[in-house]
Amino acid sequence: MQQLLGALVAIVLGVGACALYYFAANTILDLIFPFRDASPRAVRNQKISSVIRPWLFLGPALLVLGVYLVYPVFDSIRLSFYDRSGEEFVGLSNYVWAFGDTSFRSSIFNNLLWLIVVPALSTGFGLLIAYLTDRIWWGNIAKSLIFMPMAISFIGASVIWKFIYDYRSEGSTQIGLLNAIVEGLGFAPEAWITIPFWNNFFLMIILVWIQTGFAMVILSAALRGVPDETIEAAIIDGARGWQLFFYIMIPQIWGTIAVVWTTITILVLKVFDIVLAMTNGQWDTQVLANLMFDWMFRGGGDFGRGATIAVVIMIAVIPIMIWNIRRMNAEER
Amino acid sequence: MSGIAGQGRTGNGIVHIAVLVIVILWVMPTFGLLVSSLRDKDLLAVSGWWTALTTTERNEVGRANPPADQVEEAPVYVISGNLFEADGGAEVTRFGISIQDPEAFDAGTTADLKDGGTVTINPDGSYRLTSPEPFEGSRGQRLFYTAAFPPEFTLQNYEEVLSSEGIGQSFINSLTVAVPATIIPILIAAFAAYALAWMKFPGRALLLSVVVGLLVVPLQMSLIPLLKLYNDVGEIFGVPAKTYVGIWLAHTGFGMPLAIYLLRNYIRGLPGEIMESARIDGASDFDIFMRIVLPLSMPALAAFAIFQFLWVWNDLLVAMVFLSNSSDQLVLTGRLRELLGSRGGNWEILTASAFVSILVPVAVFFSLQRFLVRGLLAGSVKG
Amino acid sequence: MAAVELIDLKKSFGAVDVIKGVDLDIQQGEFIVFVGPSGCGKSTLLRLIAGLEEITSGTLKIADNVVNDVPPSKRGIAMVFQSYALYPHMSVFNNMAFGMKLARASSDEIQKRVSAAAEMLQLTPLLTRLPRQLSGGQRQRVAIGRAIVRDPQVFLFDEPLSNLDAALRVATRIEISKLNERMVDTTMIYVTHDQVEAMTLADRIVVLNAGLVEQVGTPMELYLHPDNLFVAQFIGSPAMNVVPCVIEAGGESSVVRAEGGNPVTTDVAVPGSAKGSKGMVGVRPEDLKLANGGETIFTGTVEIVEKLGEVTLIYVKVGNYEEPVLAKLVGIVDVNRGETVELAALAKDLHVFDDKGKAYKRKRT
Repeated sequence: MQQLLGALVAIVLGVGACALYYFAANTILDLIFPFRDASPRAVRNQKISSVIRPWLFLGPALLVLGVYLVYPVFDSIRLSFYDRSGEEFVGLSNYVWAFGDTSFRSSIFNNLLWLIVVPALSTGFGLLIAYLTDRIWWGNIAKSLIFMPMAISFIGASVIWKFIYDYRSEGSTQIGLLNAIVEGLGFAPEAWITIPFWNNFFLMIILVWIQTGFAMVILSAALRGVPDETIEAAIIDGARGWQLFFYIMIPQIWGTIAVVWTTITILVLKVFDIVLAMTNGQWDTQVLANLMFDWMFRGGGDFGRGATIAVVIMIAVIPIMIWNIRRMNAEER
Repeated sequence: MSGIAGQGRTGNGIVHIAVLVIVILWVMPTFGLLVSSLRDKDLLAVSGWWTALTTTERNEVGRANPPADQVEEAPVYVISGNLFEADGGAEVTRFGISIQDPEAFDAGTTADLKDGGTVTINPDGSYRLTSPEPFEGSRGQRLFYTAAFPPEFTLQNYEEVLSSEGIGQSFINSLTVAVPATIIPILIAAFAAYALAWMKFPGRALLLSVVVGLLVVPLQMSLIPLLKLYNDVGEIFGVPAKTYVGIWLAHTGFGMPLAIYLLRNYIRGLPGEIMESARIDGASDFDIFMRIVLPLSMPALAAFAIFQFLWVWNDLLVAMVFLSNSSDQLVLTGRLRELLGSRGGNWEILTASAFVSILVPVAVFFSLQRFLVRGLLAGSVKG
Repeated sequence: MAAVELIDLKKSFGAVDVIKGVDLDIQQGEFIVFVGPSGCGKSTLLRLIAGLEEITSGTLKIADNVVNDVPPSKRGIAMVFQSYALYPHMSVFNNMAFGMKLARASSDEIQKRVSAAAEMLQLTPLLTRLPRQLSGGQRQRVAIGRAIVRDPQVFLFDEPLSNLDAALRVATRIEISKLNERMVDTTMIYVTHDQVEAMTLADRIVVLNAGLVEQVGTPMELYLHPDNLFVAQFIGSPAMNVVPCVIEAGGESSVVRAEGGNPVTTDVAVPGSAKGSKGMVGVRPEDLKLANGGETIFTGTVEIVEKLGEVTLIYVKVGNYEEPVLAKLVGIVDVNRGETVELAALAKDLHVFDDKGKAYKRKRT
């Protein structure tokens, strides 16, 4: 209780301090450069304060962005050329190490697998479900239920799915749903998350389960934005069911599909909790984000190698980053 | 679109079935978790959760009350009682008196023992043992029976995890992290978003590009430098490196690009005439922001708040780096991860804990879904 | 032979009846225009013919075949939409070729038909462009071209000009008119709320109101001999003046007295039994003149004067009737607000309606 009280105080103080900063900064600016009369000085003052004021508004945000995102990006790049404690310059040796390291290479391979499978399945399912639910009266309820995993933490989802994949040796009652079904169909139960290579897919399913709802919501809005008249025109032209979907609707929402795809791609690159909770990288399921976390704390932490892995993840993100910035700039114009 | 002539109605039935199947597939995992968390932990370990939904028949072994409880009802000695502790609606169908033949008799009938005694077990679980001689020994007789058990649920697992497994404390820790880390960034981002949307200054376009770029910078890039920074700050000022203030600020920083981007898009979409007319009325930028922009931006603020809350509540990585493992700082996700390691086989604890951890975000999700969807669309569909 | 035949056609959306039973015969090669106020069901009727809405009851025949349950693409129709409905991701060529491709026509055939249509509409240089690279008028032509390529028996237009600016609208209207002349065998059905389009394009106009046909006829038929008050006031701009009146005498040349006016003789045949009953007298603004001592219908006070140069519009308050009577006088007429004026019209220009709004027959000239 005391702790919650502390948090409440923190909210009040934090918000209060922010509000006070903005209010005080503005008041002081107005006091130094008064502009409320009609003298030529006031006109000049108004010009000066209109130059300064944006920076007062932006100040705290820039500070926070600088400390928590911009500075660390450069520092991570720098650290990737240093040793484990971050003190001695070691050139490219962290990178050399990384590309020789088997777990790094298997992480790269697994990450590629994740990058192909998860965005493809999430977007594909999302599109299909969006299309189907838009044509039934209880579609919104269905959507809401499919969207729901989005609210569940990766770690919570991992518990949920670990329970599904639960394995008991043959002969005892299976309490995991998957093995119960497999047994029901007359096959032998398996310890799914320990089967090399295929276990990656059992982990990916968790993320697909979470992200399909996201894809569905956005693509459903996009599909609804497709003008009815183009569809009717195509019907008159003789297009039917799947032809309408693939020839008329999909091409009109390519832009949105790309946005959904890239958003999920970025999420996939950062995914760490699922692997940590399900296997912690055992049985050939390691991915970069988890490997990085591992090196960050392993044996007191190897900051050089950790930073190197982070930089590799960053490099993978850069093309999407550039694409996003271009898209935004095009929109502004 | 449903009225096109010459299109059969059969297609629609397939759509209903397909969506139903998908919905079941999607809900099943969470539903299984919920059902499991409400089951008795001994049953949970030996049978699938789906069996808990229907009446199940099981063979059980019970023990009659010990001979010490016998009463004499001349000419016989009697021991009576009930096999079921509480009235749970279970119903005995068959019973037996030896392990070789546990289903020898119908419930309600009387079985004769070799020594002239009898055993009767009724469907409601009540039993009556009689014997012409006094019962001897210290332990009661073993009784074998088959009974149909109705679905049975209990909150016991929740009681356990909330008290002894530290989930209760972690719940409070999660709240402590999430609430300030949701509210603090909003004000900061709103001011910046207004400046980027409606104020003129050199470098605005560049700053906007930077914000959009930072949207996708992986968190991993920040972890090591910030960990070092926090340690250094802790050492220099003699304060602990892992504090709630530290994680609030970290979440504020990590949430800032999305906050600015979402709010800026929204504020930019407000009609400029309103602001110009306020300016003609003599309002300063500060007045315009506080009295016009902020109240009008409530939908966007709500959308971001939901995002940030879900993200912070569900976060594991930031909490593991910036908070310690002590019980007064371990958040729900961290606790869950720890339980997965230490109590990996105890599904009653894992399922109940997991459900506690997803309860708040799922409640937030269902009650505020409208805003969440709006925020998602504003954040990604543009263009 | 009827190209399109509607027999007691009805459509309801849930409990709302939108089309309440329409009978109509459309001949091959005819240009038919559906007009009516918004919400009258004219677009729905077109969509029923296209097959984009399911028919609730009644029969629809195209070329003597019942097509109630035939899918749109098999009805031998083509449609031009209000928003053009071009496929934004396809080039002009592909937009026009899409239907034929779906029908698995040979590429030679596609090439030939698309080129011919493009040539006809001067679209040849634009064939490789995307719709967003075209102007509004060009898009409209592509939409028409797409319909032509289908080589339809029946051509459907759903307010095709309403998204164009005024100048382009006139030009495109003339193009459609030329197209109609060139495609003599093709039946065209055209929906609009603009009566200028209706009057200029139509062979016959179908006036719809609240899901029912009010009158079908040639433009001049509707203008000169409206069946009822609704048609009388809907066709013609500015709308016909209608003022309550008392029928003073029946017969071939009936005599009516408008509210606040004098008895006048008309060329409208009213049965003698109607004598003394109430009705409405109608006269088009362009048929009213300032009376120079002759027989006047209305006497009233001028409320508003609008001088447009070629004509002068005056709004005259007549008796206690709330709607002012509008007179459209040729040239610049020197009348001022507040003046009392007397208005006259020729007997042949008067319309008389009974108290249900049904028109009494006028003499045909």
